[in-house]
Amino acid sequence: MTREDIRTAVLEGLSNIAPETDPTSIGDAADLREALDIDSMDFLNFVIALHKRLQVAIPEVDYPKLLTIGGAVDYLDAKLA
Amino acid sequence: MGEFVMPSLGADMDAGTLTEWLKHPGDAIKRGDVIAVVETQKGAIEIEAFEEGVLDRPLVELGTKVPVGTPLAFIRTAGAPAPSPVPSEIKLPETPATKPVAPPIAVSVAPPAIGRRVSPAARKIAAEHGLSLEGLKGTGPGGAIISTDLPQAARAAEPRAAKKPGIDLGEMRKAIAAAMARSKREIPHYYLSHPIDLTTAQQWLADINAGREPPERILLAALLSKAVALALHAFPEMNGFYQDGAFRPSRPIHLGTAIAIRGGGLVAPAIRDADTLTLDGLMAALRDLVARTRAGRLRSSELFDPTITVSSLGERGVERLYGVIYPPQVAIIGFGTPAPLPRVVDGKVEPRLMMTATLAADHRVSDGHRGALFLLEIERRLQQPDTL
Amino acid sequence: MNEIAPARIKTTYREAVRAAIRDALTADPKAFLMGEDVGHYGGCYAVSKGLLAEFGPERIRDTPLSESAFVGAGIGAALNGMRPIVEVMTVNFSLLALDQILNNAATLLHMSGGQFNVPLVIRMATGAGRQLAAQHSHSLEGWYAHIPGLKVLAPATIEDARGMLLGALKDPNPVLIFEHVMLYNMEGEIAADAGAVETGKAAIRRPGRDVTLITYGGSLAKAMAAAETLAKERIEAEVIDLRTLRPLDTATIIGSVARTRRAVVVDEGWKTGSLAAEVTATIMEQAFWELDAPVARVCSAEVPIPYPRHLEQAALPQPESIAAAARATLGR
Repeated sequence: MTREDIRTAVLEGLSNIAPETDPTSIGDAADLREALDIDSMDFLNFVIALHKRLQVAIPEVDYPKLLTIGGAVDYLDAKLA
Repeated sequence: MGEFVMPSLGADMDAGTLTEWLKHPGDAIKRGDVIAVVETQKGAIEIEAFEEGVLDRPLVELGTKVPVGTPLAFIRTAGAPAPSPVPSEIKLPETPATKPVAPPIAVSVAPPAIGRRVSPAARKIAAEHGLSLEGLKGTGPGGAIISTDLPQAARAAEPRAAKKPGIDLGEMRKAIAAAMARSKREIPHYYLSHPIDLTTAQQWLADINAGREPPERILLAALLSKAVALALHAFPEMNGFYQDGAFRPSRPIHLGTAIAIRGGGLVAPAIRDADTLTLDGLMAALRDLVARTRAGRLRSSELFDPTITVSSLGERGVERLYGVIYPPQVAIIGFGTPAPLPRVVDGKVEPRLMMTATLAADHRVSDGHRGALFLLEIERRLQQPDTL
Repeated sequence: MNEIAPARIKTTYREAVRAAIRDALTADPKAFLMGEDVGHYGGCYAVSKGLLAEFGPERIRDTPLSESAFVGAGIGAALNGMRPIVEVMTVNFSLLALDQILNNAATLLHMSGGQFNVPLVIRMATGAGRQLAAQHSHSLEGWYAHIPGLKVLAPATIEDARGMLLGALKDPNPVLIFEHVMLYNMEGEIAADAGAVETGKAAIRRPGRDVTLITYGGSLAKAMAAAETLAKERIEAEVIDLRTLRPLDTATIIGSVARTRRAVVVDEGWKTGSLAAEVTATIMEQAFWELDAPVARVCSAEVPIPYPRHLEQAALPQPESIAAAARATLGR
């Protein structure tokens, strides 16, 4: 799976939990909670979606690494490598 | 030819009174010219033109209060002939001394645009629920506001309440406005606040979740809700409705869960029978509720039967929230954002994860002493997360 | 014959009225029918056809062409213990007997301090639609509904045509029954053993939640047709058949309007000073705070009912005008 595929998965996951927003419009380094106004429940649903789609384990302690789009792509890329 | 209309100068404005013309029929008008002065709830406002032309005859007399959108005058495009209904060269025939009497035929005349029309039923329901009619759009005959135009909250008891798919943020704001205004007008709130140490609960959750895949993980919000639901068993005076001058406790515990809507707005649908659910069951119910709220697919029962409300600020909030009771409920629990703070434990200062819990309750039903015991009971249960 | 009678029989409104008269005369030897041409001719609307042969001239009595005389005779008979059924050809001619009806039948119980009651039944045809022109086509039942001391019935269905007369004969007061001329040929099925029906109560002929159409007699079918049209537009109209015009069943009217919040009153009488006005005023008195729209009325045009067919039809309430009035109450 390429980084671009992972990126697509991340963006789609975000679109699904916050359909009113446009995740492509925010920067790779922006804090998702701030930029998309998502709460812990939304974030959990985001993690669940990534877990299901990419079949990777995402322990709670790693949540902070997923708080930006860039961070999430890096983290998942490393996990899938 | 354009119309110069009574403008809306804010969502709360529904009418204005024409007090002065600053231009007169025949005057040339440029875009931005001040044409008239209108008296509104915000004081006298000068009204500008948005097009070029010549001011034609006024349509509204000075001193008349007219609804927003009512044409005040025509603005003729420059060069266009004045529409003179009576050509001056042609002499009208003399009015005959006697006219044939028209047969008395009932003609339905369009209602003149004066004030605003509100049906008797809408007036009654609004009065009963303490609702303001400001800003409502009428869909009845002649644009009258009718019972079904009132915010849904007021029509909960009405069999005719129409259900719309999705969430209408405008409607939601109206409903919140109506409910909260009524709450602050009718309910004598008292407020209590108490810091709760969540270190143990948070650690317990982290341990549990470490062994679980994401779909099975539990959020702190579920733990807090369960603690409230169980604590209510000993405090029935916090769970129920105050209606018709009396408190009616509710045996079932339907936990209204405040969920913010992105873009503004708030709903507090119920997790029904929250005290009977396992923690996993409650978490699943919460996830489901949030998902359906986001999608605008709540069920009416969830919206209308909460017996108490819980409002959590979550991770990105502030220390403390002061709740406003959602009538006819009698209590609302607020959970602030947990934060690490120094705290004295066993004679030593330690960093602990602290959260401020608040209670706003209806003083007609309960007193501060019982409210305090209720908050302490919630705290006690949160210290034993494995029993939740 | 040992066959079990079928549960329902086909009949007409006219035959139902005739069957009711036959029942009444069979059950009570003091009952008799009297009126212009009710005997040998069989009634101007053929309601009593055949009854002369069956009951004889003592009980099916042709009268001179004097409404005042034979209605007065009916009142006298009733005072003396008989149970007269007086047929007046049409409500238009009943004006010749208005003095008897208002000044005698309606008042004697009160003026005699309760000593004399007048158990008289007067049947008359009413309404337009048969191109009988102004002197034979008016709907004046609302006038009679104005008078204390009378009861006024308007059977709009075959069941009511069959059942109302029997109840009226048991009533110790003068009862007027108005049969709309367009209903006599109405066909339908009723229970083979249909008999007396309760009067004094209005009937909800079609339930609905958006608007209440209130009517009676010959306008019921038009209101039902309007409701059908409205249903296709997702407007659920409730149709109330008043059945009894005096005393009005206000409970049913108010109950319905309180639910639907809108009312259209349909009355073949003229609007001014009409029964529709009475119903409307009652709604304003008792259900004002439940309303979401002004009460609407659909009545006959304020002209003597015209003779030409197109003008006659134009002068009367029609399903289209009823539906339009209902839509207007919904702001459509």
